[in-house]
Amino acid sequence: MNNASTSSDFPPSNRFDPEMVNNFMGKIGHGGFLNMKYSGHGDDWVELAIDWREDLVGDPGSGVIASAVVISLLDNATSMALWQRRGEFVPQVTMDLRLDYLRPSPSGQRVYGRGICYHISRSVGFVRGIAHNGDMDDPLAYASGTFIRLGGWQ
Amino acid sequence: MMADNKTQSGLPPYARALGIVISDNSGPAPVIEMPFNDKVQGRPGYLHGGAISGLLEMAAVAAIHKALAERSSDASIKQVNVTVDFMRGGLTKTTYAAGHVVRMGRTMANVEALAWQDDREKPISRAQMHYLITTQ
Repeated sequence: MNNASTSSDFPPSNRFDPEMVNNFMGKIGHGGFLNMKYSGHGDDWVELAIDWREDLVGDPGSGVIASAVVISLLDNATSMALWQRRGEFVPQVTMDLRLDYLRPSPSGQRVYGRGICYHISRSVGFVRGIAHNGDMDDPLAYASGTFIRLGGWQ
Repeated sequence: MMADNKTQSGLPPYARALGIVISDNSGPAPVIEMPFNDKVQGRPGYLHGGAISGLLEMAAVAAIHKALAERSSDASIKQVNVTVDFMRGGLTKTTYAAGHVVRMGRTMANVEALAWQDDREKPISRAQMHYLITTQ
């Protein structure tokens, strides 16, 4: 993910808190433009959501949001799932991300993106993602990807 | 405002909101660009991967539309999937992208797209997509 910050922004004693982190990741820059909201988390997953908006539409004929909005949502959610599984914030960037679009997200509907981290090696995090409109059993997209840990950004 | 040769015509609201413009439509596939602005920033000093992905997808769609128009086809397209590789951090400057229709069949198209900043030979990101071609 390209929108992380350095670990020095967080008190080192605190466990990674996805809701708190989204309070700024979802408020500034691209996350702020999309107005990403925290939706929930577990031991190895984080779910975020984006509300439908006219200026997020990728197909004016149908009102379906741009597929890249779903990419951004799942990029953030999977990246946070990795931190959530680690329990701490470490600098990392997305190596690659694949999305399969099962169906369009209907006009007017909120999109949820659940990121799941299913494995971590010393330097690589392996993630999956599911996008849906409120029912996990009716997904609109699946994602898989990898993140690489950085030695330091500065 | 933008120069005469740059246009947002044909781009969806999402691309317009991010400031994406078609800057050069003279080649086999249009070159599109995204000026740096706060809406595309990720971590401080870098572009968000999702914004780069959006630019790549717009470039891919522009390339298919141009390829279809050259065949006088009125087919529409439906995206099946996309894989994005992030190869270099996108810096806070204008980013360019162009798509390339690798194969256009009757039922599907294989498309790739590259994004770069100062040097087209040093792409910051690339994407590979599959699209369904549907005729009414």
